[in-house]
Amino acid sequence: MTASLFPRLEPRLSSVSKPIQYVGGELNSTVKDWDCAPEGEETVRWSLMYPDAYEVGLPNQGVQILYEVLNERDWILAERTYAVWPDMEAVMREEQIPQFTVDGHRAVRDFDVLGISFATELGYTNMLNALDLAGIALHAVDRGEDEPIVLGGGHAAFNPEPVADFIDAAVLGDGEQAVLLISDVIREWKGEGRPGGREELLRRLAMLGSVYVPRFYDVTYGEDGAIEAVVPNRPGIPYRVTKHTLMDLDAWPYPAKPLVPLAETVHERFSVEIFRGCTRGCRFCQAGMITRPVRERSISTIGAMVENGIRASGFEEVGLLSLSSADHTEIGEMATDLADRYEGTNVSLSLPSTRVDAFNITLANEFSRNGRRSGLTFAPEGGSERMRKVINKMVSVDDLIDTVATAYSHGWRQVKLYFMCGLPTETDEDVLEIAELAKRVIATGREVSGRNDIRCTVSIGGFVPKPHTPFQWAQQLDHETTDERLRKLREDVRADKKYARAIGFRYHDGRPGIVEGLLSRGDRRVGKVIEESWRAGGRFDGWSEHFSYDRWAAAAEVGLAGTGVDLDWYTTRGREQDEVLPWDHLDSGLDKDWLWSDWEDALAAGEDPDGPAGEVEDCRWTPCYDCGVCPEMGTDIQIGPTGQRLLPLAVV
Amino acid sequence: MSRAQPEQQAPPVQRLRVRYAKRGRMRFTSHRDFSRAFERALVRARVPMAYSSGFNPHPRISYAGASPTGSASEAEYLEIGLAQVLDPADVARTLAGSLPPGLDVVEVADVATARTGGLTELLQASRWRVETDLPVTTARAGVTDFLALESVPVERMTKKGLRTFDCRTAVLHLEVEDAEVDAAGRPGSTLDLLLRHTVPSVRPDDVLTGIRSCSSLPLPDRVLLTRLAQGPLTPAEDGLEDPLSAAPAPG
Ligand code: B12
Ligand code: SF4
Repeated sequence: MTASLFPRLEPRLSSVSKPIQYVGGELNSTVKDWDCAPEGEETVRWSLMYPDAYEVGLPNQGVQILYEVLNERDWILAERTYAVWPDMEAVMREEQIPQFTVDGHRAVRDFDVLGISFATELGYTNMLNALDLAGIALHAVDRGEDEPIVLGGGHAAFNPEPVADFIDAAVLGDGEQAVLLISDVIREWKGEGRPGGREELLRRLAMLGSVYVPRFYDVTYGEDGAIEAVVPNRPGIPYRVTKHTLMDLDAWPYPAKPLVPLAETVHERFSVEIFRGCTRGCRFCQAGMITRPVRERSISTIGAMVENGIRASGFEEVGLLSLSSADHTEIGEMATDLADRYEGTNVSLSLPSTRVDAFNITLANEFSRNGRRSGLTFAPEGGSERMRKVINKMVSVDDLIDTVATAYSHGWRQVKLYFMCGLPTETDEDVLEIAELAKRVIATGREVSGRNDIRCTVSIGGFVPKPHTPFQWAQQLDHETTDERLRKLREDVRADKKYARAIGFRYHDGRPGIVEGLLSRGDRRVGKVIEESWRAGGRFDGWSEHFSYDRWAAAAEVGLAGTGVDLDWYTTRGREQDEVLPWDHLDSGLDKDWLWSDWEDALAAGEDPDGPAGEVEDCRWTPCYDCGVCPEMGTDIQIGPTGQRLLPLAVV
Repeated sequence: MSRAQPEQQAPPVQRLRVRYAKRGRMRFTSHRDFSRAFERALVRARVPMAYSSGFNPHPRISYAGASPTGSASEAEYLEIGLAQVLDPADVARTLAGSLPPGLDVVEVADVATARTGGLTELLQASRWRVETDLPVTTARAGVTDFLALESVPVERMTKKGLRTFDCRTAVLHLEVEDAEVDAAGRPGSTLDLLLRHTVPSVRPDDVLTGIRSCSSLPLPDRVLLTRLAQGPLTPAEDGLEDPLSAAPAPG
């Protein structure tokens, strides 16, 4: 039994900001008995953490899905915990209240597993803070028998090496089945009376071949500072750990009981994932590379999930999410049928950003039938045609202009364009072309609509090379050059009085990107840097008002002292083909040789944009080009069309 | 697309008054949190709402003087406009099932059969229970000092900056109860407070501040405020009537 910490928390709640985020009790949340398993069976207990503030973490689908899948089992209990804001942290330290779950207000330390979802690397310091508040030893090797297994998951877990000192294990890929598999192992081990302690439990997990336990691998470094080898340090531990792939998404229609927060959050809608994976092959996109192959949900399942979600949550906005939603084989039918179904109600549908080449006006019209024509978002990512060839996002300027012309002539007034700065082989000229593009967009918009209130917002993010992508070998652009390029771009736009006021700019300075780069492609030596940064007060690194580059730079000086490598070595240095990368022993299915040849193709396309160097097409529509994933993982592309349609809902 | 005139929405065919409670941990919901949750509950419960006209129509809901974040309440009120006539008891039932536990619907009444007067007009005063960890005798001494005065100015940070106002005149009744332990068995004292709604509004925590400013009452470690009732004042101004009752309005 573990007692609720709420009575100790409650008297202090009025003194912290937005106390509602700490009380739980959301609609569709679950609180179970601590010993919920049927008589005579072991209960397995998970606390699930999204390492950011509640307002960001609560809407996270990954955590909501795992929470629901786990709690459906009568022998598993799962509760949620989030990063607490500094005012709450001060109260907790003062009153010695440990990190708690928002469901049962139970101490996180009392659970069997603390599962942390890393959608971004910038949550690492928040993880350390939570461990510390929880009273869990910071370093995995120091943890005692009564402490939980700290388990990482989510996209960033595809290179968990920077946090290898702090986590006991990591799972790569889809979590639905993985968490059940892990629960089974824990149940069995507990049922046997915990033979061999946590070390044995971790060994059993590692033997699955799909749970990575960093302590069972030794990493050695060569003279040049690069990794020499990563080898298992005990018998039976697999050389490589593979990712999980959930097949047949129709059989897993989660979340079915979406959490409805009382507090305001960043994502106030019900989202249905319409497919997982993406094989468009954009070379910078880690998400696309690590989630292959494409697995669609059928239009019927999606229709049922939308209806159930609205009824269960009361949200009136529904997002159809995926990595490139307009690519669903039945997106047109889906849009029309859903718009028909909810005609005359307040239910509105939305898509995340659309690919320029997948956009069509019928679709856009369907999506705005019940809602407002707020704005359209496109992500050409590269400013020049040359850049778009390098990143394998082949959209011509004319296509883009045609697309926006259609949008403006159909009543849209706002177009948002996403770009990246700092892509491999990029020069000032490539970035300055963004300005020309934006001006053409406005000019075209004014022309086709005959109006002057046309607007275009240009959002620019710094490119960060990510593991398991063809750009994993790339040099990251230093932040000084990034800032300088963006300054030139801004000046260019501002100088043109005809357009300056119609074009909005959104970008961040280049420095956070360097820290993200360090954490993305780092190895185990980076752990000291993270710890140092946290000790120096680092928290909420995804928030510009809390992020401090100087703190990270200082932490890197201290943390990497004596290793012979430094911040630049991890970020602005290009890698050679034969370098052992920190994540080489973690198998995303992608063939390293294929990735390398794709990287060479990118560079060749950059040299000679009109040359033969390969555009990679999409394996959904062209033959398999052997990226390696399907044979390695034993998976297949699962797409429609199913030919089904959604019937109108019976009126109640 | 040309800018069309917004569609004119039909007026509500029925108005319902809802009394709800904010209990337990739900007392930490702010008014904005509550209104978001309530609107979602209306959708889940499929209550056929009437909508306002305009480019951005929204469901017709009017809230009356919400209690501050952190205080519990047994008597909060709002009014909704429906597009279809329903049995208020049915609405109460479905709404109750659609809100998270702790935000509890207590009663739903039809405006057509309720006493006359707008909701805000009817809600003239509130009865508060103020639980503190201060001993009964200490609390009594403070209350006596406070009640002996005609006016007690207090300061509070408001959205418009620091304001000074009198917190004494609005107090119609204030008494320390005899009980020396609270419902949870913790020692302390309980104040019974009848507070007239005024502009600027005087809150029960203002009254506590006022008592401390004119007596030697120490700062309590623990305070729990609960609004027990709201409604029209009795003719003698010593109690409250039920705002949802069909009885004729006073005066
Ligand atoms: C909706 C969304 C948002 C929303 C909501 C975020 C939220 N709170 O969840 C908003 C708009 C707020 C947002 C913000 C950002 N996002 Co976003 N977002 C998405 C989007 C479209 C869907 C995410 C989703 O729900 N996926 C579905 C769920 C089921 O997948 P999942 O979370 O990965 O979880 C599964 C597994 O990873 C695993 N798993 C997850 N956690 C754990 C934990 C354990 C213990 C285990 C065992 C398993 C496990 O199991 C789950 C089920 O299979 C994705 C694109 C996509 N389709 O994935 C981008 C995406 C995740 N976002 C991305 C980025 C970059 C961001 C931002 C950093 C953008 C920015 N610069 O500000 C911020 C970061 C916010 C933050 N601090 O977390 C990138 C991530 C880059 C990468 N790693 O490749 C993505 C992939 C988009 C892209 N293509 O670039 N985002
Ligand atoms: S193996 Fe072939 S079919 Fe499968 S994702 Fe890779 S390219 Fe596509």
